[in-house]
Amino acid sequence: MKRCAAVIAVLAVILPPTGALAFCGFYVARADTRLWNRTSQVVLVRHDNKTVITMANDYKGDLMEFAIVVPVPEILQREQIHVGDRALIDRLDAYSSPRLVEYFDDNPCARPPEQYQMQEQSRSAALMAPAPASRARSLGVTIEAQYTVGEYDILILSARESAGLETWLRESGYRLPTGAGQVLGSYLKQGMRFFVARVNLAEQARLGWSYLRPLQMAFESPRFMLPIRLGMLNADGAQELFVYTLTRKGRVEPTNYRAVRLPSDVELPVHVKQEFPQFYRAMFGEQVKKQDMRAVFLEYAWDMGWCDPCAADPLSADELRQLGVFWLADAASAPVPMPRALRLRGPSDVFVTRLHLRYDAKHFPDDLVFQETADRASFQGRYVLRNPWTGTDMCEAAVRYREALRARAEREAESLAALTGWPIDDIRRKARAAEGPVPADARPWWKSLWTR
Amino acid sequence: MKDVDGAAAIVDPEVLSTSRVLGGHGRAPGSRGHAIPGVLGRLWRLDPRAYQIATLSGLLGYGVLWLEFDIDPLRVGVILLTAVVTQLAASAIAGRPQLDAKSALISGLSLCLLLRATEPALAELAAMIAVASKFVVRIRGKHVFNPTNFAIVAMMLVTGRVWVSPGQWGSAVVFAFLLASAGCLVVNRAGRADVAAIFLATHLGLVFGRSLWLGDPLSIPLHRLESGALVLFAFFMITDPKTTPDSRAGRAVFALLVAAGAYAIQFTLFRPDALLWSLAACSLTVPMIDRLLPGSRYRWPAAAGREAGQERALP
Repeated sequence: MKRCAAVIAVLAVILPPTGALAFCGFYVARADTRLWNRTSQVVLVRHDNKTVITMANDYKGDLMEFAIVVPVPEILQREQIHVGDRALIDRLDAYSSPRLVEYFDDNPCARPPEQYQMQEQSRSAALMAPAPASRARSLGVTIEAQYTVGEYDILILSARESAGLETWLRESGYRLPTGAGQVLGSYLKQGMRFFVARVNLAEQARLGWSYLRPLQMAFESPRFMLPIRLGMLNADGAQELFVYTLTRKGRVEPTNYRAVRLPSDVELPVHVKQEFPQFYRAMFGEQVKKQDMRAVFLEYAWDMGWCDPCAADPLSADELRQLGVFWLADAASAPVPMPRALRLRGPSDVFVTRLHLRYDAKHFPDDLVFQETADRASFQGRYVLRNPWTGTDMCEAAVRYREALRARAEREAESLAALTGWPIDDIRRKARAAEGPVPADARPWWKSLWTR
Repeated sequence: MKDVDGAAAIVDPEVLSTSRVLGGHGRAPGSRGHAIPGVLGRLWRLDPRAYQIATLSGLLGYGVLWLEFDIDPLRVGVILLTAVVTQLAASAIAGRPQLDAKSALISGLSLCLLLRATEPALAELAAMIAVASKFVVRIRGKHVFNPTNFAIVAMMLVTGRVWVSPGQWGSAVVFAFLLASAGCLVVNRAGRADVAAIFLATHLGLVFGRSLWLGDPLSIPLHRLESGALVLFAFFMITDPKTTPDSRAGRAVFALLVAAGAYAIQFTLFRPDALLWSLAACSLTVPMIDRLLPGSRYRWPAAAGREAGQERALP
């Protein structure tokens, strides 16, 4: 049986987020629809030259046909490979997601101290036997190591030249996409080895996992990069990629592509609360279009010790260690999840950067190369809903408030239209339906006749 | 040290002006004293530094407004002011109270384009270091490092709290910037065009050669060359006549060294900012290159004109 192996560098999915936890302690909602298709999530933990990479994939096909080929900088020992817990990536996703914050206007007649209530909701979101070793040798391919880790059978391959490697992979049942030989050859000449993983069905059945868990690798290399070129070969259209980096010093940015901050701190009509996942997807699509699909978007940059407001609790020291944060040897330096009322805690030793890109070979021809900067400034995708005061009190301030409200509603609609590309008339209609009739102007009709 | 005042941060355009005198041996190659009529002529006679400042300012404006460079107008203003005040103070200390703000502005603008810092004070310190380095870091009367290059590298090494964002340039802007920069060279009468040309040819050769060897598609080396940082480096930094070797042969060796060093840093050590590190390291070889391949040192044309060709020590 011919094995259809998807040769991918990174392949994963963004998963429905865990429930969001509100700043003031109550849960609102979660988006449980799948937001993105063909999506990969990668966690890169890096300090000095030490790197731990976690790759999650959303492979839905026949497990027998699943395979990944990842270029790696060295021959990995058994202990350098691990099968991780997908829930950890979900946690990281939920913690770093763009968030919706909700405020309630006060009674303008009462003028109490400014108080607000906040809510936020997270967005989101049997194999052929390998060709024998003798055949491998004759093709110049060396099986450097062979492991079964969790439900995966893993080979570490090196090769003298790409044609031999391509032949060996094809003879072992991997159906390589067109152009794979050229890319494999490039990585080979750069001194890289190949990490090839496929599912061991017996182990999969024994372990009882119903999905593929993320693969993790730890290695040391001066190269701070993510190989995406192989993954684009068999891609049908653009792919979605989330890269979370966990570093010590500060924010991580790409050095060979432009990084752009996602629009943030924008006031939106309150009906967005019901369609926040759709808003996020449309807004991201619009921003990608605006940047001609040539930018990597910064969605979150924050010290892991805290958040404000929190879409989810910061990851615990144990969770971070499982993701590979190797410098958290002693728990004292690690972030500790705080009671919700006390999330504002001091800086920790872990800085998280969340990058999001939509890519294809035309717009992202080269692998992603990163650098860690010293920037520890906080950034988050934050969108604000302001619920109007709906009281019926009548006073001069209330009249002015209602006037201002109409202008605000229009501004919010325009912001939403600009961010998402949605037709503004639809937005206005939805906004009116959500907010009910705008209170009538209580002033005499002639008051604004000549004073507008 | 009269000439110190005129030391431009990136390229000293005075060196490149029409009436330039090279070591008392007459006009620089490529300089043209004859009149060019019309608007072109007026542009031609314009102080080249004005053109440089306009190019860098335009690029910075575009970067801040459209490319969302991580720097705000207030910080730009403070950095420029710091550079000018440092120039004023250093000139006074060196006994040359005459203020030459243009070269300090060029230093400041280049830092605004390249340097990113965690705190504003670090960027201001970099501006001070850049301008002060022209007065302090000197061998045999010639300053060793390009001021902007020196400030960035020194701040990266010492503080670890500044960085350069090579990815901040969109590919769309690069071509326009390339044209403007090439225009700078033309206006500057090709003062150090040889360095830019040899460096760019070597760099392009290495990047394309590597991709050919790896069997990569052409889009990869082309993407690597779509970098505003590369253009800025090639036309405004490595071409600095105050820090490049005096002789053409020396400059050729220097340009080759910088390109080869950058390649090694980028593709062997896999470090970012390879061009800046390579230039800083190779600048240390310039005194030796000048000794082995001697040439006439640049003189400031304005000063040279005033002093009627008297020989003097130059920075």
